[in-house]
Amino acid sequence: MIEVRNLTKKYGDHVAVDDLNFTVEDGLIYGFLGPNGAGKSTTMNIITGCLSATSGEVFIDGHDIFKEPRKAKASIGFLPEQPPLYLDMTPLEYLDFVAEMKGVRKKDRPEAINAVMEKTGLIDVRNRLIKNISKGYKQRVGLAQAILGNPKVIILDEPTVGLDPAQIIEIRALIKSLAAEHTVIFSSHILSEVSEICQRILIISQGKLVAEDTPENLESRFVTTPVLTVSVKGSPDAVCAGLQTLEGVTDMQITEGENGTTEAVLTCEKGVDIKEALALAMLQNGCLILRLEESRASLEDVFIVLTAQQPAVPVPQADAAEAGTALEVDAQTVLDGTAESAYDAYAPFDKPADEPETPDDPDEPDMTAQEGGEDDAGNV
Amino acid sequence: MLAMFKKELRSYFRGVTGFVFIALLLVVLGLYASMICFSYGSPHYEYVFYNCSFIFLIAIPVLTMRSFSEERRQKTDQLLYSLPVSTAQIVVGKYLAMLCVFAIPILVACIYPLHVRLYDPSGLLSYTAIYSAILAFFCLGAALISIGMFISSLTENVFVSAIVSFVTLLICYLMGQLADAFPDAPSATTIVFAIMIFLLSLLAFFMTKSVTVGWISFLIMEVPIVVISFAKPTLLEGLLPKVFSVLSMFDRFYMFADGMFDVKVIIYFASISVLFTLFTVQSMEKRRWI
Repeated sequence: MIEVRNLTKKYGDHVAVDDLNFTVEDGLIYGFLGPNGAGKSTTMNIITGCLSATSGEVFIDGHDIFKEPRKAKASIGFLPEQPPLYLDMTPLEYLDFVAEMKGVRKKDRPEAINAVMEKTGLIDVRNRLIKNISKGYKQRVGLAQAILGNPKVIILDEPTVGLDPAQIIEIRALIKSLAAEHTVIFSSHILSEVSEICQRILIISQGKLVAEDTPENLESRFVTTPVLTVSVKGSPDAVCAGLQTLEGVTDMQITEGENGTTEAVLTCEKGVDIKEALALAMLQNGCLILRLEESRASLEDVFIVLTAQQPAVPVPQADAAEAGTALEVDAQTVLDGTAESAYDAYAPFDKPADEPETPDDPDEPDMTAQEGGEDDAGNV
Repeated sequence: MLAMFKKELRSYFRGVTGFVFIALLLVVLGLYASMICFSYGSPHYEYVFYNCSFIFLIAIPVLTMRSFSEERRQKTDQLLYSLPVSTAQIVVGKYLAMLCVFAIPILVACIYPLHVRLYDPSGLLSYTAIYSAILAFFCLGAALISIGMFISSLTENVFVSAIVSFVTLLICYLMGQLADAFPDAPSATTIVFAIMIFLLSLLAFFMTKSVTVGWISFLIMEVPIVVISFAKPTLLEGLLPKVFSVLSMFDRFYMFADGMFDVKVIIYFASISVLFTLFTVQSMEKRRWI
C-alpha cells in the first residue's frame, strides 16, 4: 500500500507537485494520467526515492521513504521513463547485478532471474550486449529489472512510449499479468491504454490530483444526456412529424442534408434509450435511417475537461458532489458541441485558471436542466 | 556494496578503460625502472616512483572520469537511487573497484625490486625504503582517485570531468612549486586568498545552485582575511607558502622516495581519501535535492 500525504515539490519557483494526496490499495492496477508536465514523473520519482520532496510524506507499506529509505525501497520496483540500463552488460549480467543489489540470495538468484526473463521474453537475447538489442527489448530489460525480486509495488513511468504497436500490446499484456501478484502504478498520456488496463485512474493536472476513480465511474460521471445524431432519408417535415411522437426528447435540431436526406440532432433525457422507438417512428413516417450515432463522454472527454482547467480546490472525496456538478457542466459543453471540437476545451490552458468554461448560449435549454441533475454524483 | 564493486570492476575490463590505465602505469614504471636501475645501475628503485608520479595527472582522470558522470548521462543513477542500498554503499563500492584496478600495476611494481636485487652486488638496495615508497605511492594515488571521483560526481559530461580532474591534479602537482613562487608580503597574500576564496565559493555555488549560499560562503571566508589584513598584517606574512605546503600532497610523497617513512603522511592521504569519498556521497545525495 502506498500513501502519499500533502506531497509538494518545488523546483525553484515552479511548483511541480502541489499538495498531492492519494492512497494506492493493494492488488490493483493504477493508471497515472495527465498531460505532459503535469508532475507524473516527478511524483513517481519521489515515491521511489529518486527525488526528495519539498514537503509531505510518502509511506510505502508503512515505511516512510524519506526516513526508512531502504525498507521502503525494498518493496518497490521502478522503471523510469528512460530504462536505466548499463549498455556494456548483457541482460543476464545486468539482472544479476540488480538482483544482488536488491538483496536476492545467491542460491535463489538464477531462479529469480530466469523467472523474470521468461515473463518478459528475454531468454533469446540474454547473452547479447544491451547496446545491441532493440528498443523494445531494452524496455523489457528495464521492466524485468523492476519486477525482479518480487516487489509488492511496481511503478512504471510511461512504459510504452517509443514502442511499436505490437510491442505496446505485449507490454500491456505483461502489465495486466503482473496485477495478479503486484500492485502496479503506471503513468501514461495514452488514454485508451489506461482505460484498457487500469482498474483505477488517478488524473493529475498541474501537480494536483483532479480525479480518482475507476474508468467506468469516471466515464459515467460525465454521461448525463445521450445525444443522438441521425441521418434520415426523407423530407424534414416527415422527419419532424415522426420525431414529435417520441417521448423523452428534450431538444431537437433538424437540418436538411444533401440528396433528400435530413439530419437531426436529438438530446434525450438522462437514462432514456430512444433508439428503438426512433427507428419505428421513422419507418412509420416512411423515412429510412441511414446513420445513427450516439455520442457519449469518453475517457478522453473526461481527461480533457479535468486537465483543461485548474479547479479552485483540488477534488478530495468530500467535495466530490459539488465538484462533480461543476465538471458535468463542462463535460456538457464538450458533448453538445458548444466547444466546437474536443480540442477547443484545451483552450482554457491559456486562459486564467479561475475563468470557468460555462456556455453563454441562451438557446440551450438542456443546460439549465443539467445543472440541477446530480444524481450520479454518488459515483464519485 | 559488493555487487557494485564487482559490477564496476567487470566494467573496467569490459571496455578499454582498465587496460589503458594499467598499461599507462606499467609502461611509465617500466621505462623509469629500466633507465634508473638498469641503465644507471642504481639500486634505488624508490626513485622510480619519485619520477613517475607525474603519470597520475593522466592516468587518474582516465580511471575516474566515467565513474559517476556516465551514470548520470545514461540515467542509470535513477536505478541506483531506487534500489534498496544507501548512496554511501554505492560510492564506496565504486571507490574500492577503482582502488582494485589501481592495485594491479602496483602489485606488478612490487616484483621489480626482487629483480633489481639480482643486479645489485653492492647490497645498497633497501627493501624497506622501496616498499614504503610503493605504499606511499599507492596511498597518494588513492587520495587522488577520490578527488577525481568527486569531480566526476559533479558533472554528467565525461570530458568536463576528465579535464577538470586533470587541471585539479595539475594544481596539486605544482603546489610545491607554487608555494615558493608566491610572495610573502601581506598584501599579495590577501589578494591570492581572495582569488582562492572566490573560486571556492564559485564551487559552492555550482554545487548548490544557490546564489545565496555562494555569497555566504564567500563572505564567511573573505571577511576574516580582510579584517586580519587591516588589523594585524604580520599574521598573513608567509601564510601563503605555509597553506600551499599543507595542501601539497606530492611533496609529502617525495619524502618517502627520499627514504623517510612518516606515518603522519599515510594518515594524511587516508584522510583525504575519506574526505572526498564523503564529499562524493554528499554530492550524490544532493542531486536528489535539486
